[in-house]
Amino acid sequence: MTTKSDRQVTRNLAAEGAASNRLLAWIDERFPLTELWEGHVSKYYAPKNFNFWYFFGSLAMLVLVIQIVSGIFLTMNYKPAGDLAFGSVEYIMRDVEWGWLIRYIHSTGASAFFVVVYLHMFRALLYGSYRTPRELIWIFGMLIYLVLMAEAFMGYLLPWGQMSYWGAQVIINLFGAIPFVGEELALWIRGDYNVSEVTLNRFFALHVIALPLVLVFLVIAHIMALHQVGSNNPDGIDIKQQKSEDGIPLDGIPFHPYYTVKDLVGVAVFLIVFSAVVFFIPDFFGMFLEAPNFEPANPLKTPDHIAPVWYFTPFYAILRAVPSMAGSAFPGVAAMGLAIIVLFLLPWLDRGRVRSIRYRGLGYKIALMLFALNFVVLGYLGLQQPTTAKTMLARVCTVYYFAYFVFLWAYTYFGWEKTKPVPERVTK
Amino acid sequence: MRKLLLALLLLGAPALGVAAGAEGVALMKARVDPGDTASLQRGAKLFVNYCAGCHSAEYMRFNRVAQDLGLPEDLVEQYLIFTDAKIGDTMQTAMNPQDGERWFGVAPPDLTLTARRRGADWLYTYLNSFYRDESKAVGVNNLVFPDVGMPHVLWELQGMPQPVYSDNGSDGLQVVGVRVPEGAGAMTEQEYQAATRDLTNFMAYMAEPVKAERQALGIKVLLFLSVFLLLTWLLKREYWKDVH
Repeated sequence: MTTKSDRQVTRNLAAEGAASNRLLAWIDERFPLTELWEGHVSKYYAPKNFNFWYFFGSLAMLVLVIQIVSGIFLTMNYKPAGDLAFGSVEYIMRDVEWGWLIRYIHSTGASAFFVVVYLHMFRALLYGSYRTPRELIWIFGMLIYLVLMAEAFMGYLLPWGQMSYWGAQVIINLFGAIPFVGEELALWIRGDYNVSEVTLNRFFALHVIALPLVLVFLVIAHIMALHQVGSNNPDGIDIKQQKSEDGIPLDGIPFHPYYTVKDLVGVAVFLIVFSAVVFFIPDFFGMFLEAPNFEPANPLKTPDHIAPVWYFTPFYAILRAVPSMAGSAFPGVAAMGLAIIVLFLLPWLDRGRVRSIRYRGLGYKIALMLFALNFVVLGYLGLQQPTTAKTMLARVCTVYYFAYFVFLWAYTYFGWEKTKPVPERVTK
Repeated sequence: MRKLLLALLLLGAPALGVAAGAEGVALMKARVDPGDTASLQRGAKLFVNYCAGCHSAEYMRFNRVAQDLGLPEDLVEQYLIFTDAKIGDTMQTAMNPQDGERWFGVAPPDLTLTARRRGADWLYTYLNSFYRDESKAVGVNNLVFPDVGMPHVLWELQGMPQPVYSDNGSDGLQVVGVRVPEGAGAMTEQEYQAATRDLTNFMAYMAEPVKAERQALGIKVLLFLSVFLLLTWLLKREYWKDVH
C-alpha cells in the first residue's frame, strides 16, 4: 500500500527523469553522447567467455590515468634544471604534502604499466588476437608500447640521479652506433655533446606533454579499431557469426554492466598489489628505484654497473649479446631494433588456420611457452653484470628470440601445424 | 600481516641481486626500526656530534627531526643545532667543502640519502669496519670502503681497531677482519655496536623520514581495499547470475 508521500516521491522522480531525458535529448541533437555510450559501452557486445587474461587492457587504461594524474601533481613541484632537479624530487618526498605518496605512485606506476602491458601482449599471443581482422589493433598496440618505452626512458632521466644520467648517456650513445648519421643523430637527441641540462629540459617537455598526448591518441585509435571489428576471445572464434534474430551475437554480452562490474574486481585486486608495493616496498628491491639514483647526477663519475630499468632489460640483453663487428656496436643496436620491429610483423608471420592456443598444434604451444620463458631469462640477464657464461646464455636466448618468429612462419606457411577442430560457440 | 604480504610478494619477485660489500666482505645486519624513537633520538645525537661537523644533510630539516622523533623544538635548538641555523633550516655543515677537499682529498659527501644509496646494512658494517693502517693519510682504512678518505671519528668510543690478517699464500697477507683491544675505547664492544646501530637507524630514518608513516597508512589502505574487493566481487556475482 502506498501512502500519499510515497506517491509524491514517485511523481517527483518521474519529473526529474523527464528533465534528465530532455537534457539528454538536447545534448544528443548537438553531440552523439547516447550513440557513443551505446556503441562503445552499453551496446558493445563482448564475448561472454573472457578469462583472467582479459583484465589487463582495462588495467592498462587505469594505469595511464594514474600516471597522468600523479604526473600533473609532480610537475607542480619538480624543477627541470641541472642544479635543482635532484633536490626538487627530495623536496617532493619530504616537504610537499603527500608528495612522497604521489612520487611513489608515479614511480611504481611506471613499472606497473609495463607489467600490465606485457601481460596484455602475451594474451594476444595466446589467443591470436593480432590475427586478421585485428592487424591494426595490434599495430596501434605496438605503437603504444614503443611510445611507452620512450616515455619511460625520458621520465627516468628527470630525477637526475646517477643512474638517470648514465642510463640516458648509454642509451643515447647507442644511436651513435648507427653508420653515417649516428653521431649527428645522438647529438640532435641530446642537444649537447654530453647529456646535460639541455637534454633534461627537452626530455621534460617530451615526457610531460608530447608523448602523453601521442599515447592518449593511440589508445583511442586502439579502442576504436577494437570496437570496429569486435573483441577476440579465449576460443579465438568470431561471435558475430552466430547471431540471434535481433542481430545480437548469441555469445555476446553488453560491455556495460557485465564487464564494467567484472573489471572492477580486477581493479580492486590490482590496487591491492599496487598499494602493497607503494606502501611497503616502493623501491622494489632496487628494481623500481635503483640505489645509485639516490646520488645526484655526476658527469665526472661513472657508476660501476649501469643497467636499465627491468622493463628494458630483455632488449638490453640482446644488445649486449651480439658481438660488435669491425669496432662498431651497430650489429647489437640493429638486433635490438629488429627485436622490436619483428613484433610489428606478427600478424603476417603467423598464417595458422586457428587463432587460439586451445586449438593450435603442439609445436606452437611449446614454442610460445619457451618464447615467454626466454623473454624472462633475457630480462634477468640484462640486469646482471656480463660474465662469459651469462653472455653465452644471452646469445642462445637471442637466437631463440628470433628463431621463434622464423619457426612460427615456417610452421604455419608450410602447413606443418596440426590443429584441433574449433567449436562454433564459445566454451566455458 | 605485513610479513605475510611481503612473503607473498617475494614469491613472485624475480631473482634479486643482493649488494655485497667490497671484496666480498659479509655485511652485518643493522636491523633498523623506524618505530624505535629512543634509538632514533640517540642516533640523532651521535649524528650531530660526530658526523655533522664535516657532513651536511641538506634535505633534512631540524624541525622535521623534532616532529618525527618527538622532541620539543627548544631541546632540538639546544642540543642538536650547533651552528646558527634556525629550527626550520636543513642540516648544513659548518665546514667549507673546499676545506674538506683540501684536508681529506675529497669533500665529505652529503649524508641525507646515504642509507638508501648504500643500504643500512652496509652503513652499519662500515661504522664497524675501520682499522689502523699507517700507510694511509688519515691513519685508518676500512674493510667495506678500501682507501677511505675519512678518519675513524668514533675511535674514542670504540678504541682503535687493529686489522686481522689471513695468509692467502701467494697473495700475501690480507685483512679479513678487525679486532678491538680490550678496554681501548670508552665503550664496550656491545655498547659500540648498539651506538652505531642507533646512528645507522637515524641515518636510515633521514634517508626516508616518511617510512614509518607510509607503512602505517599502508595497512589501512590495504584493509580498505580488501573490503572494496569483497563488494566488487559480490556486485559482479549478482550481475553475472543471468549470464549462461
